[in-house]
Amino acid sequence: MEILKLLGILIVIIGFILKLDSILIIMVAAVVTALVSGIDLVTFLETLGSSFVSNRSMCTFIIVLVLTGTLERNGLKQAAAEFMGKFKNASAGLIVGIYGIIRLIFGAFNISVGGAASFIRPIVMPMAQAIVEKDGHPIADEYLEQLKGMSSAMDNVAWFFGQVLFVGTSGMLLVQSTLADLGYEVALIDLASVQIPVALIATAVAIIYYFLKDRRLAKKYAGGAKS
Amino acid sequence: MTNPMEFFMSVDVSLSDKLLEILYFVIGLIAIYVAIRNLNDKTNEKRFGTFIFWFLLGLMFLIGKWIPPMATGVLMVLMVLSPIFKQVKAGNEPSPTPEEMQNNYKKIGYKVFVPALSIGAFALIAALFTTISPIFGMGVGVVFGIILLMLFSKENTPKVFLNDGRRMLDIVGPLSMLPTLLAALGAVFTTAGVGDVISGLVTNIIPEGNVAFGIIVYAVGMALFTMVMGNAFAAITVMTVGIGAPFVLAYGADPVIIGSLALTCGYCGTLCTPMAANFNIVPVAVLEMKDDYGVIKNQVLIAAIMLVIQIIMMIVLS
Repeated sequence: MEILKLLGILIVIIGFILKLDSILIIMVAAVVTALVSGIDLVTFLETLGSSFVSNRSMCTFIIVLVLTGTLERNGLKQAAAEFMGKFKNASAGLIVGIYGIIRLIFGAFNISVGGAASFIRPIVMPMAQAIVEKDGHPIADEYLEQLKGMSSAMDNVAWFFGQVLFVGTSGMLLVQSTLADLGYEVALIDLASVQIPVALIATAVAIIYYFLKDRRLAKKYAGGAKS
Repeated sequence: MTNPMEFFMSVDVSLSDKLLEILYFVIGLIAIYVAIRNLNDKTNEKRFGTFIFWFLLGLMFLIGKWIPPMATGVLMVLMVLSPIFKQVKAGNEPSPTPEEMQNNYKKIGYKVFVPALSIGAFALIAALFTTISPIFGMGVGVVFGIILLMLFSKENTPKVFLNDGRRMLDIVGPLSMLPTLLAALGAVFTTAGVGDVISGLVTNIIPEGNVAFGIIVYAVGMALFTMVMGNAFAAITVMTVGIGAPFVLAYGADPVIIGSLALTCGYCGTLCTPMAANFNIVPVAVLEMKDDYGVIKNQVLIAAIMLVIQIIMMIVLS
């Protein structure tokens, strides 16, 4: 019964839809997949252990947060707010867009300058919030929530489509080796150059979308939080 | 299992890989500090569970590479038990008051941007001018930033950094482990051959000889499969072997355009799924958002537009 191997995927889908505990869902899906596929306990544990070791780079946020917390304590938000005060005509949506361009350029160099912990929380959000509150009213909760969502979304879009411009990014190395196994030889520089128009369109679409969305929110919540 | 002495002495191991191991060791020490700090925090009602979670994570970073993979796997299973039984809770690390932040700003001013940008700057320097991994460069940037902040203010003692780090890690909590756990789930899927079963199923529903239809199924399949797995990397191999090659490339389509865009079609799926927790769920925790899907909701429209554009590019250009 090969089809039973998909039980783990079903568990993940149903679990996330029902918003059950994410960690529990993942572990149950892993155990069930191992059971129905005849993976023995030793192989199962070895798979988990090897996977952890080779994916440790996913946890580098731990060391970044050591600096981020104290940056906040040392007035980073206040400095950002003060700095943004100089841009009297900029909108919060424009700040999100400018951040996206920076993220895209760095992404093309395969550098993750950005991310929620190291950039959006300490720099982008304080700037955007300060602009909205320039008139002296505290920002409306829903507006703040949407700005956080747009900043993170801009971050992801620019990063995903930016990093594929880097010649030799891990995703394209995988594409190259997959195609080679099938008998198609392709060059990394060609794979990357196909992505140039895609990256430009994706970033432009995101910037325009968030700019317009922010303008709508700014109108809706003009005058600050309504109680 | 590897002997750390042999690893660091070996000439076959690159300097970059050796430096990365040092970085992971430091990360392990930080996690253990968070663990002990929570254990001693009498105001944290879940202090034992919180201690066990962070301590085991730290231990996995300190010795995970050097002990048998099975032992690391056991540590991982033990680690997730605390959050599953709801025994992990943020402690009471005092946040800086607005007055303190305002006073520090008056003292330090715009100079505070320099350590803020140093993480990225050092990663960039590492990537552009050295053969060392930018991940290690990022770590150097953190150290550089810490040194600058210590020079800016005598109040920034090592203890302040560690406790602020603990405060931030307490906020992020076990949710921050989701990407790592999802990668482990993906590894189990791969070992079980889940991908083969999926490609077998999809292969049955595509009519042969229609390249445009094959491209659409391949591209949309990449996005959907990535949504389920949370990872385009797992999807690209399976979908290319199962659909891309027999139904698109076999009819003479350009493998450069098809292969390259298939990956970013997968990324469109990544933008739409909570399975890609690192990008879509962790920011919700870091930014303290109310809506778990607040990031994804801002990405769905863009993902849909880009998927359509890329399908058109694949059909027209190849």
